[in-house]
Amino acid sequence: MYSLVKYYHPYISPFDPCPPMKVKSYRTPPNLYIGFQPPSLPQFSPREALAHGTLWPIFYSPYPGKGKEEMTRE
Amino acid sequence: MNKTMPPEYYSMLEEIQAVDFVLVELTLYLDTHPTDKEAIQQYNYYARQSKKLKKEFEKQFGPLLQYQSYSGYPWTWDDTPWPWQV
Amino acid sequence: MWLYEKKLQYPVRVSQCNPRLAKFLIEQYGGADGELAAALRYLNQRYSIPDKVVGLLTDIGTEEFAHLEMIATMVYKLTKDATPEQLKEAGLAPHYANHDKALFYHNAAGNPWTAEYIQAKGDPIADLYEDIAAEEKARATYQWIINLSDDPDLNDGLKFLREREIIHSQRFREAVEILKEEQGKKKFF
Ligand SMILES: [Fe+2]
Repeated sequence: MYSLVKYYHPYISPFDPCPPMKVKSYRTPPNLYIGFQPPSLPQFSPREALAHGTLWPIFYSPYPGKGKEEMTRE
Repeated sequence: MNKTMPPEYYSMLEEIQAVDFVLVELTLYLDTHPTDKEAIQQYNYYARQSKKLKKEFEKQFGPLLQYQSYSGYPWTWDDTPWPWQV
Repeated sequence: MWLYEKKLQYPVRVSQCNPRLAKFLIEQYGGADGELAAALRYLNQRYSIPDKVVGLLTDIGTEEFAHLEMIATMVYKLTKDATPEQLKEAGLAPHYANHDKALFYHNAAGNPWTAEYIQAKGDPIADLYEDIAAEEKARATYQWIINLSDDPDLNDGLKFLREREIIHSQRFREAVEILKEEQGKKKFF
C-alpha cells in the first residue's frame, strides 16, 4: 500500500519572520505506484466515473484543497 | 426574452457526458492495451449507448455533432446555448 | 480533421460571482503548463514519434482541447456579468483596459502564451518524459488554484481536471514502457 500524501518537518530558524509551518506536505498520486495498468480492474459506474474524473477507483486521488494538511500550522 | 433550458436538458446532457467519459477513459486505456478484448467489448457497448442517448437528446434539443447531426428547419446548429453558456 | 461536439466534457458549475478567481484560472488557459500548451505539445509530437504511441498522443491532445474549453467556460462565467468596477476590484483592470472581457492566451501574471512553453525534441523518450513532467506540473497548478479558490462548485470542476492529469501521466508512463519493449529491436543476422 502507499499513501497519497507525504509529510516532512522542515528546518525552523528562531529568526524566521513568519510563524513556522511545522509540517509540510506534498502529493504522491497513484500513477507513481501502479506501473502498467493490469486488465479487469474494478470500475466506477459511468456517473461515478465522471464525478471522480476516472473510470478506475485505484487511480482516484482526492485533493481536499485549502484548510487541509499543507495549509495548517501546528 | 432570454432563453433558458429546461431541467431535462441538463439531466440528459449529463447522462451523455457520463457515457462519453467512459469512452474517453477506455480509449486512452486501449491505446496502451490494444489486446484487451473485454475492454474493447465494453468500449463498443458504450459507443452504442452513446449513439442512442444522443439521438434522443438531439430530437429535443438540436444537433450535437458538427457535420454529422441532422438539422431541423431553419438551420439549428447555430442555435444557443453553446456549451460555455449553459 | 476535428469535429466539434456541442457539449462540455464535464458539467462545469460556478456558484459565486467572484471575478478574482478568473485571474488565477487563466494560468491554465494560456500558461506554460496550461491546456493550450498541452494540446499543442502532444498533437505536434505525433508526427515524429513511433506509430505505437501516435494514437495516445492524438487522443490525449484532443482531450486537452476539451479541458481548454472547460477553463474558458469558468472564466467566461466568472466575468460575463461583472462591471468594470468589479473587475477593477478583482485586479483585472489591466486586462479590461486591453481586452474588455475577451479571453486571452496569457498566464496569471499577464505574460502572453509562447511556443517556448512546449518542447519537441524528436527523441521519443525525451518527448514522453517531457509529457509526463507536463502532466505533473499541470496537476500541481490545479492544486495551487484549488487552494486559492473557495468556490466549491468551481473546485469540483478543477478537481476533475486535476484527476485527468493523473490519468494522462499514467498513460504516458505506459507509453514509455511500450517503447522499451524488445520487439521493435533491429535484428542482425
Ligand atoms: Fe493533461
